[in-house]
Amino acid sequence: MLARRYEAETFSATAVIAGEEALCDRRGALYFPDHGLLAVSDLHLEKGYAYARRGVFLPPYDTAETLTKLEAVIADFDPRVVVSLGDSFHDRVGSSHMPSIFRDRLETMMRGRDWLWVTGNHDPDAPENLSGTSVTEVALGALTLRHEPTAGQFAGEIAGHLHPGARIVRQGKSVRRPCFASDGLRMIMPAFGALTGSLNVLDRAYAGLFDWRSFRAHVLGTERVYALNRSVLFPG
Amino acid sequence: MTQQTTIRPHASPAHLPEPFLEWFAQRGWAPRAHQIDLLSRAQAGKSVLLIAPTGAGKTLAGFLPSLVDLTLRPKRKPGEAFRGIHTLYISPLKALAVDIERNLGKPVEEMHLPVSIETRTGDTPTHKRQRQKLDPPDILLTTPEQLALLISTKDAGRFFSGLRYVVLDELHSLVTSKRGHLLALGLARLRQLAPKLQTVGLSATVAEPDELRRWLVSQNPPGEMADLITVEGGARPVITILDTEERVPWAGHSARYAIPAVYDEIRRHKTTLLFVNTRSQAEMLFQELWRINEDGLPIALHHGSLDVAQRRKVEKAMEAGSLRAIVATSTLDLGIDWGDVDLVVHVGAPKGASRLAQRIGRSNHRMDEPSRAILVPANRFEVMECRAALEANYLGAQDTPPLVDGSLDVLAQHILGCACAEPFRADDLYDEIRSAAPYAHLERRTFEQAVDFVATGGYALRTYERYARIRLTKDGTWRISHPRVAQQYRLNVGTIVEAAYLNVRYVRSGRGAAGRGGPVLGKIEEGFLETIAPGDTFLFAGKVLKFEGIRENECFVSNAVGQDPRIPVYAGGKFPLSTYLADEVRGILADPKRWQSLPDQVSDWLRIQRDKSVLPRRGDLLVETFPRGNRFYMVAYPFEGRLAHQTLGMLLTRRMERMGVQPLGFVASDYAIAVWSLRDVGEMVASRSITLADLFDEDMLGDDLEAWLAESWLLKRTFRTCAVISGLIEKRHPGQEKTGRQVTVSADLIYDVLRAHEPDHILLKATRADAATGLLDIHRLAEMLSRVRGRIVHKHLERISPLAVPIMLDIGKERVNGGAADALLQDTEDDLIEEAMGG
Repeated sequence: MLARRYEAETFSATAVIAGEEALCDRRGALYFPDHGLLAVSDLHLEKGYAYARRGVFLPPYDTAETLTKLEAVIADFDPRVVVSLGDSFHDRVGSSHMPSIFRDRLETMMRGRDWLWVTGNHDPDAPENLSGTSVTEVALGALTLRHEPTAGQFAGEIAGHLHPGARIVRQGKSVRRPCFASDGLRMIMPAFGALTGSLNVLDRAYAGLFDWRSFRAHVLGTERVYALNRSVLFPG
Repeated sequence: MTQQTTIRPHASPAHLPEPFLEWFAQRGWAPRAHQIDLLSRAQAGKSVLLIAPTGAGKTLAGFLPSLVDLTLRPKRKPGEAFRGIHTLYISPLKALAVDIERNLGKPVEEMHLPVSIETRTGDTPTHKRQRQKLDPPDILLTTPEQLALLISTKDAGRFFSGLRYVVLDELHSLVTSKRGHLLALGLARLRQLAPKLQTVGLSATVAEPDELRRWLVSQNPPGEMADLITVEGGARPVITILDTEERVPWAGHSARYAIPAVYDEIRRHKTTLLFVNTRSQAEMLFQELWRINEDGLPIALHHGSLDVAQRRKVEKAMEAGSLRAIVATSTLDLGIDWGDVDLVVHVGAPKGASRLAQRIGRSNHRMDEPSRAILVPANRFEVMECRAALEANYLGAQDTPPLVDGSLDVLAQHILGCACAEPFRADDLYDEIRSAAPYAHLERRTFEQAVDFVATGGYALRTYERYARIRLTKDGTWRISHPRVAQQYRLNVGTIVEAAYLNVRYVRSGRGAAGRGGPVLGKIEEGFLETIAPGDTFLFAGKVLKFEGIRENECFVSNAVGQDPRIPVYAGGKFPLSTYLADEVRGILADPKRWQSLPDQVSDWLRIQRDKSVLPRRGDLLVETFPRGNRFYMVAYPFEGRLAHQTLGMLLTRRMERMGVQPLGFVASDYAIAVWSLRDVGEMVASRSITLADLFDEDMLGDDLEAWLAESWLLKRTFRTCAVISGLIEKRHPGQEKTGRQVTVSADLIYDVLRAHEPDHILLKATRADAATGLLDIHRLAEMLSRVRGRIVHKHLERISPLAVPIMLDIGKERVNGGAADALLQDTEDDLIEEAMGG
């Protein structure tokens, strides 16, 4: 009932992973109504700065944009627990260099709820000067939440890292969008951060991770999430 | 032979040293008038633009001042100081530089001149480049990119201090692109390093010689022009339009009907060059010719997507004279000298008269013998276009795209390059940059924005100060903050941003992307692969191939010999119909007297059009409306080229939407545009609920344009190029980082973020300016809308008119571009549901 209300409000799609019900939000967040837990992956905060340090000046608006989106998702679901599923910061020094305005916004979001920072390959250490708890993985009922997917099929694993995206071609026109990738046993989440690209789920990086017969790409549209099966997806 | 030069008698006769006179005498030649004229003007300290047809001894003329000066120069004594480059030759093509080395090397050797000549291109090995820095040749043959690299080095000042001449070959083709902007800025820099520098521009054909004359010399203060020498063409080319009994198609670009006739011509000539406008047309023509090649004539294929080794093989065979015919695209457009071609066949409409002149110049490099060329129109409108082009060529009317203001992304690249060479003062650099013709009107504010962009990205949120690439130091100069910046710059120099290309690799059929190890056939545009699925067949490298799959940057294909290629490729020209030619076509259409020169089937077509509908006068815009099926059509005939028509279509449909016409779609060709809708435009005009004058009002270029641009995929694509050239995104390098796709994705994301937060950012300005001149052709659309004001002729018909048939046949063949991505996702999902629920 609660779930249905959220669904209507946010145009999410329901997915069942290893028996647990989850809502795939069109902005790229995953919500478990039974646990009051919201997961986001690959925020890549402070990516602009990370590039600037190498002399490449991307528009310095990515962190603000990602935080704005995150605030909206949190406001919609009002979760008890938030899990940031790794690569929360684009590099090791990202969290310590982050300007205080952004730090304050994050702290505001964390207030009144548990916040778990899962470590990732970009941010293997706990974030500096920020609340929340740094962990390597999270167990949730039948589910395990960690940054990098484990090779082979793994029931109940929720991961990020690969930035899954799907591509369809119709009428000679191609559309490429980030997606949740799931075969009902495990799920790989899309990257949530602004300025994060995606990697096609048909790429060989995903080899062996899914049972393609039951595979669904929950593709992020402007208004809602579209569930597509393997046969309509294109490589590239 | 009608050779004449438009010169005023020159006071000081040219000084031609002994070895030259002997060399000419030994061969029983005399230097040509324009060669002597150019020499004497150069010796009088002038920069010169030489416009001459192919075969007029242009190359020798261009280098004569350098060769003479080098011959007269005192010998370098042992222990004497370093001597830098004396003459810099810049051409648009690497191959051309190599060609010139050979052609110029011969007379230099025969005259025993003390002159060293070397090339420097992307292919030059590092050790040779380093040696060239220490011991420069007298004449260096190179490309615009290499010049940009050379002037960004710390010892550029020393290297170029003795520079006397810069010879710019094929100048007409250099100046119209971003490469030309980069070159103009490089030239401005060279003028600072070597104030005595003179330029010699060599150009085949131009409509506005004055623009090139200004381009060659400093424009600060503006207005100065180089001297002009024009050599009139030699023997007139003999050009005909293919005469055939076959039916000329209404629409399409394949010209299949003409293949047997073309084959006959190849048989009758020694060596034939066949030109087409696109790669896919080349593939098709090659395939079709071999299908009927009963004599087994050696016919080869040459286009830019083929593997380099394969191209070289074809070029060698051509030089050796062992080919009877070669099918080529614009990779062969420029003046590479390839032996005894006695016939040029142009398949498809030549689009611009200059292009035609250039291509026909290919045949027969001796000026006093006429060139032979045959035009093969692919459809009926092209028959008229070929006729117009033919008349234009006889009239000597030639056009090149108008020069545009210098791009801001190129400016940013150049500013960083200057800082890499040495610290600069903003005032000095601003003055220097304005001496380059494309930047003569650059505003100070824009220049400062560009400097700011180079320093820290130029964002309103000044957050990257501590990572600045260049910094203003206490002495008032801008310096690079770290040597790494210069290294980074060198990796990213240039303005040629390759569309993402994938290697095409051969595998065994059915192995999918799992098969490995076959030969690479060439490269194919990613955009093409976007639209095909595994199992589809298409033409490439002269073969029918089956698409097996993609892995990383490779596209796997297998042999599908004997099958028909299933994927139709858009085969129209990528160059729009030139303004001049469009006007000529309108002229032919309006004047029945000129129909005599057209084949009967085409003139009959126009006669029936006149009876059933109307033929517009030269300056009028004809708009026809008629019902067909359960839809209503509006067809307009502006003849302004596909790009401008596409933009017009986008804007018209927006406006029709607002007027309640309920448009459903449109299609644009080089000649016309058709819009279909649920409501009848003709009826609505008759009942005065709308007027065509309102529909075609110029004000569509205001808010409608802005609104459409904001969501257009065109801008994203353009932005990507600007982002790479300006150094916002790093260029791709073999084996390193990102694939093309990853660049595309992140450029799109950056574009969205930037547009949301800083719509006035300098890169968005650069993007809009590029799109307006390039993909959108807004300038041309604006001219057309203003021209037809009060001159719209409306004909409301009961059925489709003869003139409308070609464009109506194009409906359904065109790809649909535009927003609506979610609609596609929705459709795909609906299909799935139907599949699951249905029987």
